[in-house]
Amino acid sequence: MTDMPWAIQLRGIEKRFGPVQANRGADLDVARGEIHALVGENGAGKSTLMRILSGLYAPNAGSMTVNGTVVTGWSTNEAIAAGVGMVHQHFMLVPTLTVAENVVLGCELTHGLALDKAGAERAVHDLSVRTGLAVPANRLVADLSVGEAQRVEILKTLYRGARILILDEPTAVLSPFEVRELWAVLRSLRDAGGTVVLITHKLDEVIDVSDSITVMRQGATVARMASAGATPQAIARAMVGRDVALALDAEYGGRAVSEVSAGPLLDVRNLNVSGGRRTAVVNDVSFSIAPGEILGIAGVEGNGQTELVEALAGLRPARGAIVLAGRDLVPLDVRARGDAGLSHVPEDRHERGLVLDYSVAENLILGQQHRFTRGATLDHERVAANAHELIARYDIRPADPTLPARALSGGNQQKIVVAREMARDFKVLLAAQPTRGVDVGAIEFIHARLREARDEGKAVLLVSADLAEVLALADRVAVMYGGRFVAVLPRSEATPDTLGPFMTGAENAA
Amino acid sequence: MNRAAIEEAVLPPLVALLLAAVVGDALILTYGQSPGAVYKLLLEGTWGNAYGLGQVLYKATTLVFTGLAVGLGLRAGLFNIGAESQLAAGGFCAALVGMLLPVGVPALLCLPIYVLAAAVGGGMVGAVPGVLKARFGAHEVIVTIMLNFIVLALLNYLTSAKVHVPDTLHTPELKSGALPRVGDMIASFHGSAANATIVLAIVAAVALGWFLFRTRAGFELRAVGLQARAAEYAGVNVASVTWRALAMSGAIAGLGGLNYVLGYKHYYEEGFATGAGFLGIAVALVGRNHPLGIVLAALLFATLSQGGLAVNALVPKQMVDVLQAVVILAVSTSVPEVRRLLRGVRGGQEK
Amino acid sequence: MSVIAFLAQTLRIAIPYLLAAAGGVLSERAGLIGLTLEGYMLGGAFCAAVGSYAAGAPWVGVLAAIGGGGLLAMLYATSAIRFKADQVVIGIAINLLAIGLTRFFLRLIFDSSSNSPRVPGFEVKGAGTGFGALAQNPLVWIGVVIIPLVSWVLYRTPFGLRVRAVGEHPAAAASVGVPVMRVRYIAVALSGMIAGLGGAYLALDQHQFTDGMTAGRGFIALAAIIFGRWDPVRAGLACLLFAAAETLQIQLQGTQAIPSQFVEMIPYVLTIIALAGVVGRAVPPAALGKTTTE
Repeated sequence: MTDMPWAIQLRGIEKRFGPVQANRGADLDVARGEIHALVGENGAGKSTLMRILSGLYAPNAGSMTVNGTVVTGWSTNEAIAAGVGMVHQHFMLVPTLTVAENVVLGCELTHGLALDKAGAERAVHDLSVRTGLAVPANRLVADLSVGEAQRVEILKTLYRGARILILDEPTAVLSPFEVRELWAVLRSLRDAGGTVVLITHKLDEVIDVSDSITVMRQGATVARMASAGATPQAIARAMVGRDVALALDAEYGGRAVSEVSAGPLLDVRNLNVSGGRRTAVVNDVSFSIAPGEILGIAGVEGNGQTELVEALAGLRPARGAIVLAGRDLVPLDVRARGDAGLSHVPEDRHERGLVLDYSVAENLILGQQHRFTRGATLDHERVAANAHELIARYDIRPADPTLPARALSGGNQQKIVVAREMARDFKVLLAAQPTRGVDVGAIEFIHARLREARDEGKAVLLVSADLAEVLALADRVAVMYGGRFVAVLPRSEATPDTLGPFMTGAENAA
Repeated sequence: MNRAAIEEAVLPPLVALLLAAVVGDALILTYGQSPGAVYKLLLEGTWGNAYGLGQVLYKATTLVFTGLAVGLGLRAGLFNIGAESQLAAGGFCAALVGMLLPVGVPALLCLPIYVLAAAVGGGMVGAVPGVLKARFGAHEVIVTIMLNFIVLALLNYLTSAKVHVPDTLHTPELKSGALPRVGDMIASFHGSAANATIVLAIVAAVALGWFLFRTRAGFELRAVGLQARAAEYAGVNVASVTWRALAMSGAIAGLGGLNYVLGYKHYYEEGFATGAGFLGIAVALVGRNHPLGIVLAALLFATLSQGGLAVNALVPKQMVDVLQAVVILAVSTSVPEVRRLLRGVRGGQEK
Repeated sequence: MSVIAFLAQTLRIAIPYLLAAAGGVLSERAGLIGLTLEGYMLGGAFCAAVGSYAAGAPWVGVLAAIGGGGLLAMLYATSAIRFKADQVVIGIAINLLAIGLTRFFLRLIFDSSSNSPRVPGFEVKGAGTGFGALAQNPLVWIGVVIIPLVSWVLYRTPFGLRVRAVGEHPAAAASVGVPVMRVRYIAVALSGMIAGLGGAYLALDQHQFTDGMTAGRGFIALAAIIFGRWDPVRAGLACLLFAAAETLQIQLQGTQAIPSQFVEMIPYVLTIIALAGVVGRAVPPAALGKTTTE
């Protein structure tokens, strides 16, 4: 066993979901006792490949070897028994159960016929002390913070004796402090002989923590390299297949606000949004955007960006002032805000931006259906004419207005949303994660449209988890952390180095 | 509509009918009869003569209303299990109005008043779960079930304690405005309960189809049913659509009460259409929530129900109760299955 | 009527509710709506009558009721889990099926469209309707212990932990190797068997099966589950509360103090109030009624 250095060897893994090919001939080699980063864009097939490895899906073709044993198509239980544990991006925790119950679920300690609750709590406590992953064993998971919940997830796998730990985008929801803690835990696991596979699309993390890297693109693994000596540029090139990602107009210097105009188009004062149990998810945020300006909001996801945009759009109750071109939006509902000149590309097209079972033509009037009426009925001729025009102008493919939106690719779905929101008469555009999960071609296209809007004198609020995107487009960059704007910098002063400390909560200028 | 969509809509009901026929055969054989003879008798007793056909049409009329009511709810993503009591409430309100009208008012003048009364009666019962859902998020399935018991008990109290004709469980006859029966116009239908409410049912089906697929309000309602959060994004007031859809659904079910009260017996009687509300769910399901499908499905279930009486000499009419349940089971299980098969998504092989 | 007699009558009425609610809690906590309780009870009552009649022994009827309720439950579970059909729709279909099948076989076996002949029930020595008589019926004892038993299973055993997990977050349960489908099948089958016992109690207590004899009791049990916020003990207390209201109504009959119809409404009105959240909202298991692909 010991002379066998590979913990994981995947060969030619294929996986289809209906018409979608998620993995095509993916190979993966992970040595024992290393932290291995699996990187790639959203939709590159990283999560699917790891779910196959952890036994959640069976591959359609290919072979899997773990610690020298062929395990192709094994079950979750077999994977767990062999010491393979996965921490999913969306936590796989039952909120109504306690920490201890979640940890032991599936391999419960018993006392006769009954659960051994005290034993479970003790085991969790011991493990928690041993690994430095502090969690309250008898609390309900629903009451935990995000960081605590993730520690429970890791404990769950360790409790099952995991020696190979897979983490899917573990840092997306963590504060910088929690990220540092996580790295420390992962390094100590590695030093104790464990193996870690880390799925991510953040290149700084990759180089920071991993020993070696595998890059995926469009379902296939396209490169494997050692982390030492790897550059972000090299990784990015492998991720997208050409030299675009980092070149994304990074030279863009932004324009000084004084150049652009006088009065702001959008003026937000002391905006507060409360989020359920926890007090304020948006905490006293004030800003304004001038005509011809793009204000980019950078920050780790989950710091109130979603709630801020939804509050501006009227989808979420908020306190404070929202003034669009001199008009108070607060008393207006979603539709009236749209009519007042607010356009909104929502962050989740599958949930908000599109009715997936409606046709492309119907989706191209969504939110403006009241403008396409004749009496009480919808004017189908105008709906069709609108569709033909926008499909041509925005190059939506396939160019068939009668297809359900569901049938289109992610990039073309997003083009429907962008086309619709930019074709309407608007003064202010809210663009939330406008290029998430779309192909590079569509990214370039959408970025060009956003710049066009700016050049036409519109005000654009861009929210993106992708710092490169913010830096490529924004005239000013605000950083959101813990529901607040912790910094607002002109583009000329905004760099990953200056923004980093604010994004991670280490500094606070506001 | 493309070919795949038509196959998806038509195949499940066919599979269901086939399955129902197999179960029916088994039951008939259990009873020592020949399936062929029973089915022949079933058809002869329904579509084979004017009286049977009249009874089928009468039963189908009520089912069209309850089916449309359930179908409308489902289009908005809401499950109205309350058609049973909404139907009764609609009939009761119409009967009350009929007691208050003066004698000798022309039927055409009365009709709008009756329609309004029945719609308000059913609509009020429908609005309750609507408001509770919109305001408190209370699940409409449970609320409508509970409300069925409450409303039926209330109507039982009102009828038996307040407005019944002594020694009966029904209200006094309408003073004016009863609708003509088909038998009054075509002699061979004499004795059957079919009446002019059929026209109302067809008008309701056409109107609902227009509302759902042509109007802006229908566009927004269906968006709420498919993806409430996207509808919210599109400026639709989801809470308002929710309670309106349930109130409207209740109103349509309430109109079904006219078939008995205005067209057949001319009074409200306890249990005048027991089960028609629940069968409305089956009708909407088999009719795929489309008005045309609902009309056809209503005819199917009415045929089964009347056919049970026709074959009672050979096999117990209760066989039909079993077959109706089998049709629902078969349709609801085969719809997702047929869709998966047609779309060929089986390659996913998720464990 | 003495307090003792009142309590005895309340318990007598509550037994079928307790059994159905105990079964229903298992099913609902596993994520499958308990609309079918009425059907399980009706099927159980019919099978109990047939079994007891055929064998001349009530215990055979009890076993038949467990089988009948369990069979309907497996049909429900298969449609909902294997075929991913809508739970509300098939729930209603299962209830209609139970009505249809019991009517059909009532005609076939007993040649009647209203009731079975007299069937043997559990012997009661000495007359009366007090606790003495109740104590001689083993189904009463089962009804009394079923709530604590289900509560123990749900909160104190590995199976119960898994039931709670699959009803709340099936994907999480699946990710740690809990066989979600199997847990659901078992929970639903148990719910059918236990609710079937409730039907058996009705039929054996009355020494016959009559058409539609469950008369909405399954829905009262469902109301009790919701009113008890999906907790077995609280659901059991709700059953007792609803039964006490019914006992009161029987006592008040003839006095015209409150029309009986208004007393009948109590369980349903309370349930709606609980759902609307006037006094602390009733929050169902998160995955209740949802089709899952695991």
